Amino acid sequence: MSPIAVDERKLREVALTADEYLEIVERLDREPNEVELGMLGVLWSEHCSYKTSRPLLRRLPTEGPRVLQGPGENAGALDIGEGWAVVFKVESHNHPSAIEPYQGAATGVGGILRDVIAMGARPVALLDSLRFGPLPRSRRHFEGVVAGVGGYGNCMGIPTVGGEVYFEDCYAGNPLVNAMCVGLVRADRLQRARAGGAGNLLLLVGAQTGRDGIHGASFASLELDGAAEERRPAVQVGNPFLEKCLLEACMELAPRPGVVAIQDLGAAGLTSAVAESAARSGAGARLDVAAVPRRERGMTPYEVMLSESQERMLVVVEPGRQAELAEVFAKWDLEASVIGEVTDDGLLVVADGDDEVARLPVELLTDGAPVRLLEARPDPGPPELDLDRLGPAPADLGAVVLRLLGSPNLGSRRPVFRRYDHMVGDATVVPPGGDAAVLRVPGSRLGLALTIDGNGRYCRLDPFVGAQIAVAEAARNLAAVGARPLGVTDCLNFGNPERPEVYWQLQRAVDGIAVACRALGVPVVSGNVSLYNESELGGSIDPTPVIGMIGLLPDRDRRLAAGFAADGDAVLVVGKTCNEMGGSEYLKVVHGEVAGPAPALDLAAERAANELVLAAAADGLLRSAHDVAEGGLLAALAESCLLGGRGARCDALRTDQGGRLDAAFFGESQGRFVVSAAPAALTALRQLAGVHDVELTLLGRTGGDRVVFEGQVDVGLPELRKAWEEALL
Amino acid sequence: MRFGVVVFPGTWSDRDCGHVVRDVLGADLVYLWHKDRDLRGADCVILPGGFSYGDYLRAGAIARFSPVMETVAEFAARGGLVWGICNGFQVLCEAGLLPGALVRNDCLEFRCEWTHLRCEREATPFTGCLGRGQVVRVPIAHGEGNYVADPATLDALERRGQVVFRYCDAAGTTTRVANPNGSHANIAGIVNERGNVLGMMPHPERCAEAELGGTDGLLLFRSVLEAAAGAVRA
Repeated sequence: MSPIAVDERKLREVALTADEYLEIVERLDREPNEVELGMLGVLWSEHCSYKTSRPLLRRLPTEGPRVLQGPGENAGALDIGEGWAVVFKVESHNHPSAIEPYQGAATGVGGILRDVIAMGARPVALLDSLRFGPLPRSRRHFEGVVAGVGGYGNCMGIPTVGGEVYFEDCYAGNPLVNAMCVGLVRADRLQRARAGGAGNLLLLVGAQTGRDGIHGASFASLELDGAAEERRPAVQVGNPFLEKCLLEACMELAPRPGVVAIQDLGAAGLTSAVAESAARSGAGARLDVAAVPRRERGMTPYEVMLSESQERMLVVVEPGRQAELAEVFAKWDLEASVIGEVTDDGLLVVADGDDEVARLPVELLTDGAPVRLLEARPDPGPPELDLDRLGPAPADLGAVVLRLLGSPNLGSRRPVFRRYDHMVGDATVVPPGGDAAVLRVPGSRLGLALTIDGNGRYCRLDPFVGAQIAVAEAARNLAAVGARPLGVTDCLNFGNPERPEVYWQLQRAVDGIAVACRALGVPVVSGNVSLYNESELGGSIDPTPVIGMIGLLPDRDRRLAAGFAADGDAVLVVGKTCNEMGGSEYLKVVHGEVAGPAPALDLAAERAANELVLAAAADGLLRSAHDVAEGGLLAALAESCLLGGRGARCDALRTDQGGRLDAAFFGESQGRFVVSAAPAALTALRQLAGVHDVELTLLGRTGGDRVVFEGQVDVGLPELRKAWEEALL
Repeated sequence: MRFGVVVFPGTWSDRDCGHVVRDVLGADLVYLWHKDRDLRGADCVILPGGFSYGDYLRAGAIARFSPVMETVAEFAARGGLVWGICNGFQVLCEAGLLPGALVRNDCLEFRCEWTHLRCEREATPFTGCLGRGQVVRVPIAHGEGNYVADPATLDALERRGQVVFRYCDAAGTTTRVANPNGSHANIAGIVNERGNVLGMMPHPERCAEAELGGTDGLLLFRSVLEAAAGAVRA
């Protein structure tokens, strides 16, 4: 190869390596110009190309009888019956939120909404998975992000119905902001963003293009360092009102003849939107940046192609149809400009008026990024727990549960979700605060159940087991409301994969998700990868795969809530409690320790426990069900008391030979539910448990205003409620 | 009986109001586009919740200038039933059809939660199915629902019995804790002097079916249905 002078500084600006540059030169048989290099830089970023994670993502199961659309489109889609498709996807906006919490979170919500809209679906729900450093130090991030999620979703009129919030040291400089959107569309109206044949016109609709967000995708693919503040201009500013108009216009446009495709402009802006919609049809495209409406003067073609200005959509229409569609844009006061057309030469050609400024093969842009095979080295993680060093279980277990429920990771999430409109749309049948939200599906008895879950600490201890637990917990949350899990969207939040330990974590976590999804029969239909989550303040984040999961209730009248529903009901625990405490919230809060091993996971037992709860719910045998998660059995039981507004009186908890009482109460053994049932249903319930081969243990009865385990625990509900409700204030 | 539901750009409770009117109440429904002046024979015009025109500048401040609002004002002047919910209440205040204003919640945060309301006046077209002092459970969802007015206006509202709903606890007592936004005298909804224009921050259209958590909101829609028999038509 002839020697090529590589300008390192220029490459750093577009986040390409020297090897990648040489690959480009070889494939083009020439050096790229500045515009081309910028376009390749953003599309070859990890954020857009998944060059690091792609070989791993192939390990995930993506097929199933209900899958209408798997990964590769703007969002995934599942058939839920009665003619409906559910469309959903999760996406991260971690780095922008670190620097500008409100706008970072708001535009994260705006972006994921557009992904669902592009599929022709009306968004019906949002969920958010948030992680911050400890309070009070990280309050600025926490408050700003919650306000941003609410600010965008509330203004759009899309309910935010579920989510999770955690606080851990490792997220102090690099919070995680993952937003998930769920939409509904008639299955036969599902859109795909394929540009189609030559001559189709490219319409750019919505906001004018500015200099905001240039290099956002590249920025997402770098660590946060001291210079991150200087990248504030790479964070976009959201305009949810404009997006609401865009949403309504797209809903009117999608079913019209002549509309070929709708594609969201997100990371990498026009470059990505045009290249990807062309690539899906094996086509090319020609566009003129001079036709792109600008909000600033003097923008270069480079800036127009890379701008990540929000609230823009690319609409592909058949030639000659733009005039009849103009009325829709006029109705919603939206600007719509023809900026180019689809071609059949497989090239993306960019002109600026009469001058050609870029000419690149579409395939080189979208699929050309060389896969990076990185080195993996096992990360031993924190040491295993030494029970002897821990001393005996605390004498006052009631005080422990008070402290746990009053801690930021276990306290009531109401201070967060009351800032989100979770009722707009008249569909929220189970609101936030339980295990999963349930929405009604119009004109049917169907209930759509939604949850999002992750556990960075378990994954830090063992990414393979931790990732499986994330999937298992999501499925369990759905089963707890009586819904059968159907499918997954995943958001993989990790540190810098160039560190062999991080790449190993990523590998193991993806394997864990794959194994669990196969075992539980839930395909992964969409997702997002966010790497380089590191900061000077918190170092590399814990490996944090986040699982968004959709479930279905054939009859939503059979739904279950987490709170105890009536006095005198039997309180039972489904599943086996082991003598384990590794990775527990109890260990962290009470003993200040993060130590392994992660809780053991038996996927067959998970499946059996879920099937038992689903069967019991369908037969009307249960009055409530609640997943046992962080804080263990006692925290879960106390939550069921708090949510139901009634206490419980239980016999003393017995442990196996050599078992610790604190492990029995606060250990986080998987595959468990706290359920309640009318006394008359007990015989049938026991029989059903036998059929499913699941342990079912009677604990006591509901009633009163105290949580009592005879001789072991005795706490007043008002006292618990105060601690729980004030934990996040 | 026909309800007209106004749609501004940025309105989102239009679909929920429409659903209750048509699918739950079984009444006629027409959507009224903000650029139109024709109320299309509506017996009651609903200004629904949302962020009309993004609520930039001030909630409801731009919507009041839309063409449809001219006709709504004329309709109200003739005694037609006009019902502003949430953002619609803000629009009615900005348009001068109701006195006072809605400012930022005193907690400085958006609030979405169930509230209890005490009906202070049953003799309105919107509350005929309620008894005086009856407590209903209706959710709110707003960031700017803190009702304020000058002392003379507040005094006049009380004297003339124009306060229709107050935030209260489950037992009907108007406590500070039961007031979600800092509204003066726990005011949640008021009517104009004539009693044909109601503005309220809570969302009755979100509680008209049991599976959504309550049915008290339906009482208000039923009241309008009954009152409209003798009301002015657009």
